[in-house]
Amino acid sequence: MSASARPPDRDHPITRPTATVHLGVFFQGVNHHTVWSDPRSGSQTDFSSFRRLAETAERGLFDAFFLGEGLRLRETNGALHDLDVVGRPDAITQLSALAAVTSRIGLVATQNTTYNDPADLARRLASLDVLSGGRAAWNVVTTDNAWTGANFRRGGYLDHADRYVRAAEFVRAARAIWDSFADDAIATTTREPSWSRPGAITPVAFSGATVSTHVTPTVPRSPQGHPVIFQAGDSPAGRTFAAEHADVIFSSHGSDLDDALAFARDVRRRVAAAGRPRDDVKILPGTSFVLGDTEAEARELATWLVREQISGATALSILSHIWGEDLSQLDPDGPLPDHDPAPRELSRTRGTGAAQGDPAGLARRLRSHAEELGLSIREAVIATDRRPAFVGTPSSVADRLVRFVRTGAVDGFNVSPWLVPDGLDEVVDRLVPELQERAAYPTEYVGTTLREHLGLRSSRDVHGARDAIQRTVVGA
Amino acid sequence: MSSRPLVLAVDLDGSGAHPAAWRAGSDAPDAVLDPAVLRRRVLAAENGGFTLVTLDDALTTTQATVSSGAVAARLDGVVRAAFVSQLTTRVGLAPRVDPRGAEPFHLAAQLASLDIASLGRAGWVVGDADQPGLADAIDRVVPELPADRELEVADVVRTVRRLWDSWEDDAVIKDVATGRYVDRDRIHDVAVTTPTFAVAGASITPRPPQGHVVVIAPDTVLDPATADVSLVGGADVAEVVERAVAARGAGAPRVLADVEVLLDADTSCAARLAALDADAEWTPTDALRFVGSPFGLLLLAEQLAEAVDGIRLHPAVVGTDLPVLTRFVLPRLFATRIARAPRLAQTLRGALDLPRPENVFTQEEAA
Repeated sequence: MSASARPPDRDHPITRPTATVHLGVFFQGVNHHTVWSDPRSGSQTDFSSFRRLAETAERGLFDAFFLGEGLRLRETNGALHDLDVVGRPDAITQLSALAAVTSRIGLVATQNTTYNDPADLARRLASLDVLSGGRAAWNVVTTDNAWTGANFRRGGYLDHADRYVRAAEFVRAARAIWDSFADDAIATTTREPSWSRPGAITPVAFSGATVSTHVTPTVPRSPQGHPVIFQAGDSPAGRTFAAEHADVIFSSHGSDLDDALAFARDVRRRVAAAGRPRDDVKILPGTSFVLGDTEAEARELATWLVREQISGATALSILSHIWGEDLSQLDPDGPLPDHDPAPRELSRTRGTGAAQGDPAGLARRLRSHAEELGLSIREAVIATDRRPAFVGTPSSVADRLVRFVRTGAVDGFNVSPWLVPDGLDEVVDRLVPELQERAAYPTEYVGTTLREHLGLRSSRDVHGARDAIQRTVVGA
Repeated sequence: MSSRPLVLAVDLDGSGAHPAAWRAGSDAPDAVLDPAVLRRRVLAAENGGFTLVTLDDALTTTQATVSSGAVAARLDGVVRAAFVSQLTTRVGLAPRVDPRGAEPFHLAAQLASLDIASLGRAGWVVGDADQPGLADAIDRVVPELPADRELEVADVVRTVRRLWDSWEDDAVIKDVATGRYVDRDRIHDVAVTTPTFAVAGASITPRPPQGHVVVIAPDTVLDPATADVSLVGGADVAEVVERAVAARGAGAPRVLADVEVLLDADTSCAARLAALDADAEWTPTDALRFVGSPFGLLLLAEQLAEAVDGIRLHPAVVGTDLPVLTRFVLPRLFATRIARAPRLAQTLRGALDLPRPENVFTQEEAA
């Protein structure tokens, strides 16, 4: 059944009947969702794996290829976490290599504002943007803990409350660096008096509470102006940051339509409050696809997959992290521990990545699931490991994706393949054609830059609008 | 005296070593930013038989460069090297990164990633240029006194090498039976503390294919014993030879001579030099400067072959001098066995006859 043939749904009206689905691929690298133990799994490090995924995504007309980042190897209770994929390439270096073997797909590097310098990071991103012909993007993330800081010159210098202060200042400084060359700065013939027109390169002097830089930049603007900005934080501070500074928000609200619509309303309200058009920020939640020839086959595959993702050892590791003690000697097919975890705050940065927040609450949730349904440790962890995923036939998944986009809940999705390097093949070969049949997916790249793929305004328009708002505020 | 044939390197940064080079070639002034031009030049160098392409770089530019009429734009060296890594198959690729402006943890991962993407062809040219605006650009104290600078460079090189070793070669075990992707006993915290920085944990990137990316540094910047390749220059051949002997005596595994070249092309070298110099002054650098015929350069290479393992050439105008080098100089050097070209599927270490370094952590365990 196609989306247009659906009965009208008063709770989820179709507000954008011609909207199309944007797809990106998120190569996470480090998490328990990548099934490295499968015989079909290739190297997580070799360049050929990344190249194969990027080429498949480009064949499927994806907007972007997206690399995550980590700045210290993860630990569980003081020991290196050894159950998931460990180790990955530097994102900008890897994407620069991929820029040479792809021609259209966007290249998104997750990079931290806490342990980088704008003069250096903005330059590296701008270099990738120029070499790729305007396909670069920066997924802005923050860190604030001394444990990560111990790998860097500044150490753990930034308070939690200041991480978005620095992120915002960092992005403003980066924009100033990216905009420092006038578009006609460089001589067009070898007979002109100098290589660059005097005064056409503006030295950047930025001084904020946490960012200070004085630099004459060395990289001009790319065909898309400058890198697209992604943001992935979900806290109120993160959402406000995205509303003010981002072009794309990489959310975790992409599996339940009501939840996704509520998130979209909140983001659009914040975007409007920041003085931008409400649809100025594209919403692309992370997700994964589990496809089968029938609904039953897809569900069966999903059940198998989650057991591959959460082995007994992984279940015990997640439990050990929540309880704050080594529980690896327990039987994963046995009952949960009968004592409560010691009260403390869980940190994703140092932990397994699966559990965050309040240990007592997480333990209560696991217990109530286990008691209600008679679940073992592993089954209880599986039941609470809610990962957004679309499970079904290519046709039914396509229907649901179109509905998410045309109700205005999202603009598209960032897909994480659970198998490297072939995990996108089915998506490109079977799901994309279904979307195209519904006129909900492009049949060719219409532009050459990432900004064009995403339908974003030029970086100068966004910038100009913001300057106008700032002038208004100052004047008021 | 060296018994092996010379290896040949070429620096392909910007439009050339002469500050007026951007006017002289057939390329448009913005060619220094053009991915197609970069690709063309690196491929020409590889096809010509060069063992190594270096890409000069600096984090900042100064107002002086902007106002002097010289080229004021340059893309990041590591980014450029990674880009061309997929377009080449045998030439080594070494971006320059100055340690004082670098974050050692990031730098180790970037260079290891370049080595992985290029299948073992990465090098690192360690520089330490005077960069008056550096501290203001990166908002931190940058060592300025000569002794502090020397210490900082050595500390960053040592730390980056240690980060490359923080993973043993076989740390990824993919042991399905126990569910372990890595053996955590084969991954080590680097635990480095220096006067200006500290790094605690292991690298985020596994050990690169070469074990260590090839560390290339001027003898004036880094103790030759701690580099893999020492670069020596001088005002004349005698000085280059003297410094090469000294670097070797100090423990340099390999020594390359830095030579700037301006050759006869469609017009004579003298006429070319006069035209370039009329536009901008070519101030002397630490490199030996050769202005002359391709044949003269062959004789110079023969002379230098007595003292060094290779030559790094800096074409005055890349668009003009690189084709002369690959057409009229390199084939003769290869035919007479004064120099050699790299073989397919050789790592940069292999092409330089350098051993793959042992891992410092496994050595410590064995001790």
